[in-house]
Amino acid sequence: MEIPNVADKWSGGVNEITLGATKDKGGSRTKTFTIGGAKSIPFMDFEGNPGQKPVVAMDVYDVPPEDWPETLTRPFADVLNDPAQWAKKCVEQYGADVICLKLDGIHPDKGNKSAEQAVKTVKAILAAVGVPLIIWGCEHDEKDNEVMPKVSQAARGENCLLGVVTQDSYKTLTATCLADGHALITLAPVDINIAKQVNILVSEMDFPLNRIVMFQSTGALGYGMEYTYSIQERERLAALTGDKMMSMPVICDVGHEAWRTKESKSEDSEVPQWGPRDERGPMWEAITAVSLLQSGVDIIRMNHPKAVATVKKCIERFY
Amino acid sequence: MISIGERINGMFKDVREAIQNKDPKAVKELAIKQTEAGASFLDVNVGTATADPAGAMKWLVEVVQDTVKTPIAIDSQKFDVVKAGLSVIKNEVLINSSKGDPEELDKFMSLAKEYNASLICLTMDKYGIPQDVERRMEIAMKIVEKAVEHEYELSKVYIDPVLFPINVDQKQPALMFDIFNQIKMISDPPPHRNVGLSNFSQGTKEKRLLARIFLAMGISYGLDAAVMDVLDKDLMDAAITAEIIMNQHVYSDSYLTACRK
Repeated sequence: MEIPNVADKWSGGVNEITLGATKDKGGSRTKTFTIGGAKSIPFMDFEGNPGQKPVVAMDVYDVPPEDWPETLTRPFADVLNDPAQWAKKCVEQYGADVICLKLDGIHPDKGNKSAEQAVKTVKAILAAVGVPLIIWGCEHDEKDNEVMPKVSQAARGENCLLGVVTQDSYKTLTATCLADGHALITLAPVDINIAKQVNILVSEMDFPLNRIVMFQSTGALGYGMEYTYSIQERERLAALTGDKMMSMPVICDVGHEAWRTKESKSEDSEVPQWGPRDERGPMWEAITAVSLLQSGVDIIRMNHPKAVATVKKCIERFY
Repeated sequence: MISIGERINGMFKDVREAIQNKDPKAVKELAIKQTEAGASFLDVNVGTATADPAGAMKWLVEVVQDTVKTPIAIDSQKFDVVKAGLSVIKNEVLINSSKGDPEELDKFMSLAKEYNASLICLTMDKYGIPQDVERRMEIAMKIVEKAVEHEYELSKVYIDPVLFPINVDQKQPALMFDIFNQIKMISDPPPHRNVGLSNFSQGTKEKRLLARIFLAMGISYGLDAAVMDVLDKDLMDAAITAEIIMNQHVYSDSYLTACRK
């Protein structure tokens, strides 16, 4: 008996975005990445072009993170106070494709650093590494609207990815990214309807749809990962059926979320039956990342070098 | 929703005069206006404006495709007029329409294949237009059979069960819903389900309201294409909203804006 061909035909696909600009494109990056482009469900390349491989962005903070367990700080112990060296280590030793600078320190409750300090950090990182840069605000609207435009100007021409904008606060950063030639992250926490709405609002400011990356906020394994998964899956299906307002690549914040769970954070002495944290933590992060990859993810933010290595290996094998 | 803008038709005075005077202005305006209104195709029909329908069809197609990139639906029951239109076509195209007789389908499907065109097929034949669901479905099956025989992609076939005006036979609209449902299950992928919407409410006092409600109800049963007045914004918004209600697009507060783009 002939086996029927049940492959679906898709009319749409995920937009392609290039991150980073080399010297001839007006920037100073030595490496750029193109993400997106999928015209099929992940791992079903018999239905269409699977698109570009997902990239791993390693987080670098402008202030040493206060809530990281020792397992996570150890690989960065010598650079936690120096974001530029931290970024360099991520790229040169741990194989980060992209650096995600998280400007936690500008938050009024986490140091209230000034825009000038943030600009200095951005410039130092751009000088230290050649990979593309994601610059992520502190998610305090007022402070982000004050700092991010300056940061954006400082990185003008580098074709960074800046975020995040929401349904309630999008105008300042959208206009800034448009002026300075950066791509933009739109955030809608676990809500596909609002995700679409933010994209529409941003596009009404004439921001090009093919310069947007979507972020649904991420749930770690055991902490709502299935919500993130199902929304991202639905977004991918909408993109494949030609919904222009849902055809953006997707970014996940796996590292931060995975390392907030008790399964990866708890001391060995508290839960001896769970095995050593040095194994358990990176494993929790890697499993979260690899699971979410199957829903359709283009950029994964990660923390632990061991988890990064595992996930990069998976990507090499499966894509 | 595949909306086929009906306005470039020689039955309308402005288009008839444009054809007779070879003055493209009115046609160009209609092409632009209907494109801006979101038409998926622009129907082009020479009507009875001229003694040379094939020549007029060529001229209309050229005027439209010089003005906008929107695909054209060549609307004529005459084979040579359709052929004349196709001979100058540059983009994606839909043929409107073939009757459901086997010999007609053979002719039109071969032509459609040659030009990589889509084709509207009416569930009517030399015996006339059936009044019931069964006879219409019988012709619909024959259309699908013919497509398979010609190795013609089913996604390019539009089956039109011929919607009667409501003031001619009020039983008919409800039968249509049953037919849309059945056509959806006739093959995988199924052919499109099309109607001529303006015909439905022609000569009534609540023309726009009737068309709008029929379209919304039809979409809920699987109607996915219509030759219609795309310049009626309420009608277009009703179609988008019906599709949202049927979960065909992701909802957002600005879904109308998103879908109009």
